[in-house]
Amino acid sequence: MSERAVGTVEAVFREEWGRLLATLVRWLGDLDLAEEVAADAVAVAVERWPVDGVPDRPGAWLLTTARRRAVDLLRRRQTYAAKLAVLKVEALRADSEHRSADGATSIDDDRLRLFFTCCHPALPMDGRVALTLRYLGGLSTSEVARAFLVPEKTMAQRLTRAKRKIKDAGIPYRVPRADELPARLPAVLSVIYLIFTEAYAASGGPALVRPDLADEALRLARILFELLPAEREVAGLLALLLLVDARRDARVSDTGLVLLADQDRTRWDHTKIDEGIGLLDRTLPGGPPGPYALQAAIAAVHDEAPSFEATDWRQIVALYEVLRSVAPSPVVDLNRAAALGMAHGPAVGLKYLGELTEMPELQRYHLLPAARARFLEDLGRLDEATQAYRLALDLVRNDVERVYLQRRLDAITPVVDVKPRGGTAG
Amino acid sequence: MPPPCDPKEGKMRYMFLIYGEEPATPPSQEELDAEMAEWWKYDNAIKESGLFLAGDALQPSQTATTVRLKGDERIVTDGPFAETREVLGGYYLIDAPDLDTALDWAAKCPGAKYGSMEVRPVMEFDTPEQ
Repeated sequence: MSERAVGTVEAVFREEWGRLLATLVRWLGDLDLAEEVAADAVAVAVERWPVDGVPDRPGAWLLTTARRRAVDLLRRRQTYAAKLAVLKVEALRADSEHRSADGATSIDDDRLRLFFTCCHPALPMDGRVALTLRYLGGLSTSEVARAFLVPEKTMAQRLTRAKRKIKDAGIPYRVPRADELPARLPAVLSVIYLIFTEAYAASGGPALVRPDLADEALRLARILFELLPAEREVAGLLALLLLVDARRDARVSDTGLVLLADQDRTRWDHTKIDEGIGLLDRTLPGGPPGPYALQAAIAAVHDEAPSFEATDWRQIVALYEVLRSVAPSPVVDLNRAAALGMAHGPAVGLKYLGELTEMPELQRYHLLPAARARFLEDLGRLDEATQAYRLALDLVRNDVERVYLQRRLDAITPVVDVKPRGGTAG
Repeated sequence: MPPPCDPKEGKMRYMFLIYGEEPATPPSQEELDAEMAEWWKYDNAIKESGLFLAGDALQPSQTATTVRLKGDERIVTDGPFAETREVLGGYYLIDAPDLDTALDWAAKCPGAKYGSMEVRPVMEFDTPEQ
């Protein structure tokens, strides 16, 4: 036993949980049983480690404890299937110990397997997100529930339903073959990206950024990059998260949301920017970039600009053009139109935004009228700008963004004399 | 809690429910021949794979009759249970190690191109003791 401080116990659990669970799932072939014995092992550790000290190899200690517990549970069941499972656990343990002498590759494979199972396209998106945060991120069910602003009971049911589908539909624990990877990887990437965007522009509620959730998305992206370093879109996703997250502190002030144009760029996190750009520099030359790498490149152009005005908007327009051909979406069209307005003036921006107003996907999207309002305001067409801000305010769901839009609207609304006029009533 | 099962060890049965629109006008002989050639090719491939358990095409949905009991009364109605554009046109029953394998085979089926394939695991019951 080492002299490590008891305070590290929590951090160790967080770090080890995904690995522990992933290996147990492979041994036991059962997510519920793996979860149960992993939780038992953690409970024992919580009791013992503060007294005995944190073991030198906490992961191995937890795995051994969990395995013994699983074998106990299985023996008690007395069924033929349980007896087979005990034999299998013992055989795989011997195999794992043999292999772990050459490095930690088998555990890494286990985690990668669990990623592809939790993010299987046969599962509903909300289930994939919940499973990934719970089983790879090591968040508790109540933490996952809080992150998505749903009651704990709802989240517990969501996890149960997803686990039941894995078991009943026979979703396997396996890493897709190289030829399957292009079809399967985007599902994994989109789960991590969704967790990040939810953290970053929380779709409802009082906070604009939920830093813990953003950190969790970043951690998952790092784990995936560690497991699949040669996959360019994995590097692209990690770079994107780093390059956007670098602006986190400058994005919200005491008075609310601060747009990119008004952010104090000295508060950007240059460690993250450098890391993100470094990743991109290594990723981009390898062939035509995918959607995450392209979005990362756009974020990098912003991050490298000394000021909003000095941003290389033409470069951004060009990157959006490529993104549009690789991954067309109405939101990409909207961003391209806004960038065109920045590059060539508000009248041009308005023209391109005008082409999008009929798109059904953008009908309820507050950023379209918000962008129109801004260009109208720049052109001095204040009545139309007022209307557009009001429409954006009707559609916005995040409180912090609402405050921002209201401030812009107030700033262009002529102050009306609101002194009460006596004597009109009765 | 049910005993753990590793899908790799115990095979599972999956049913492919093949849905498609029934054409308003019959296809030309050439179109029909071309489509049937695809179906025969797939049918041979899945039979040779060792996964095949059963499979059939169904007569068109106009031939369907729905029956249900209301109390003791037998109610027989013409046509399929639900009126939808996509109707059940056939099925395959296969034995596969996991959902990924089943999805691979479902995607290869011409039914995936002409309509859609619903892939469902078969519910397995413990055989009651005699």
